[in-house]
Amino acid sequence: MNGEIIAAPNLQPEVRRRPHEGRKFLSVPGILFLIIVTQVPFALTIYFSFTGWNLLRPDSQRFLGWERMWNNYSWILRNPDFYIVIKNTVALTVSVVIVTFILGMLLALLMNRRFPGRGLARTMLISPFLIMPVAAAVLWKNLMLDPSFGLSAWLLPLFGLPSVFLLQEAPMATIIGIVSWQFTPFVMLILLAGLQSLPDSTREAAWLDGAGPVAMFRFIILPHLRRFIEIALLLQVIFVLNVFGEIFVTTSGGPGIQTTNLSYQIFLEAFSRWNIGRASAYGLFAIVLANILVLLFLRVVRSQQKETA
Amino acid sequence: MSRAKLTHHVLNVVTLALAFLMFFPILWMALTSFKTEDLAIAFPPQVVFTPTLVNWQQAIFNSPLLEFLSNTLIISFGSILLALALGFPTAYAMAYYSTKRTDGLLLWMISTRMLPPAGVIVPLYILFRDLSLLDTHLGLIIVFGGMNFPLVVWMLRSFMLEIPFDVIEAARIDGASLWQELTRVIMPLLYPGLAATSLLALIFTWNEFFFVVNLTTREASPLSVYVSTFRAAQGDLFIARMSAVVTAAIIPVLIAGWVAQRQLVTGLTMGAIK
Repeated sequence: MNGEIIAAPNLQPEVRRRPHEGRKFLSVPGILFLIIVTQVPFALTIYFSFTGWNLLRPDSQRFLGWERMWNNYSWILRNPDFYIVIKNTVALTVSVVIVTFILGMLLALLMNRRFPGRGLARTMLISPFLIMPVAAAVLWKNLMLDPSFGLSAWLLPLFGLPSVFLLQEAPMATIIGIVSWQFTPFVMLILLAGLQSLPDSTREAAWLDGAGPVAMFRFIILPHLRRFIEIALLLQVIFVLNVFGEIFVTTSGGPGIQTTNLSYQIFLEAFSRWNIGRASAYGLFAIVLANILVLLFLRVVRSQQKETA
Repeated sequence: MSRAKLTHHVLNVVTLALAFLMFFPILWMALTSFKTEDLAIAFPPQVVFTPTLVNWQQAIFNSPLLEFLSNTLIISFGSILLALALGFPTAYAMAYYSTKRTDGLLLWMISTRMLPPAGVIVPLYILFRDLSLLDTHLGLIIVFGGMNFPLVVWMLRSFMLEIPFDVIEAARIDGASLWQELTRVIMPLLYPGLAATSLLALIFTWNEFFFVVNLTTREASPLSVYVSTFRAAQGDLFIARMSAVVTAAIIPVLIAGWVAQRQLVTGLTMGAIK
């Protein structure tokens, strides 16, 4: 039949759509909603950071004046605790990124093969990433690491090790461990998606050319994975900067401020010291930091879209 | 057996062992939830035992679990519906009536999705206080609606782009109105995409902790707040009962995640990886 000719008028989609051009405004309510929910708080964060507002002193809610408006920022920069918090945030983020990258890559390579039970293995592997961060923390703190009835209290002596409460002895390392346990599946999933997008023919060609496993990884797999690695690392950093629940449950940022990261510091400043001005100034640090990372992420995404387009 | 084959089998066993090791803590908690309190803290730990449902009975009938669960359900479904109601038309406009601003808007949406919660919590708290939204379902539905909206637009738009335009064109020739086009033509073709998107949004909303712990006190607090209360002192902690509560709190998302495995990566990377 020659139905095709009737059904496909010789017009570009652009032209065919013209009659309903007004429908592009259907996006307006959604966009307005998103602007209100995200940009209004953002603008207020900036404004509050220039006030000396403390909720415990109701009269303090006002702009500091043009001369003193940077007070919160200069206070933060002069406070030694700020540098400890930044150091903790960087240590937590960098360690988690390194640990999860190595484990995630290993697991992705192992999972990128056909074998019986692969679906089950995949399902088990992604589970730590699916559960609530606070549930993961409660589970590790009480069932795994508790000094009297956690599994570690039974396991460590079996290996001749002293039974210690890891969260007390090495709080930051333990938090890094718990967060890494949660995020390894995420890195694995992204890298696995990358590995699976590598055509078999490329591998076979390299194999026929005599490439061993190391050369294959170094010259075929790694270059192909570059984009995926960039995306995994950037998203990982963005997510790990926001880690809060794990710290809240396990150490409450302590002992002292040894495990306080930027998110937790903002929480303390806002909801235990009720210092709205200072918490907002800290918040702006977090937003600026995240936005730099997001810009990098968008650059990677864009260059990838151009390549596939 | 050849060496290559042997290696292959060894690697299979290693992979399964590692996967089991990663899953083990969750499995252990689920097992513990079926033990008596005495058995739960017995050394050496028992793997084979007569299961008891007493902790689950306690968790369901003798703890506030169900109240927190109903809060989680109201907030999750409310915010997902809000995000879908606003996101579906937005995705439609951006898929079929893109303008020169569309790409920029889509990228901006990613940046809002990745805004650090700690960066905006202070003004949200103040706004909520002044608008009497603290500790209400409505307040959290709005916040999570905003969090889920970019995800919904990105996912639905990419699913819509896969629908051949001829299908829509044919409906228009038959005189379909906009409403009919959306509900009778696009919606049915989009069911799998809608389901995957909703499941992902459900996982994020279900697990969120930072906003809810700071914007609720008790009335509207969801499960994650309840779970976090088990951080407290070890002495009077009921390990088995706690295991039942926490297991109950994570099972729905585990199932949602297992079902939506394929779309998980796409959703998490906002479409950067298909």
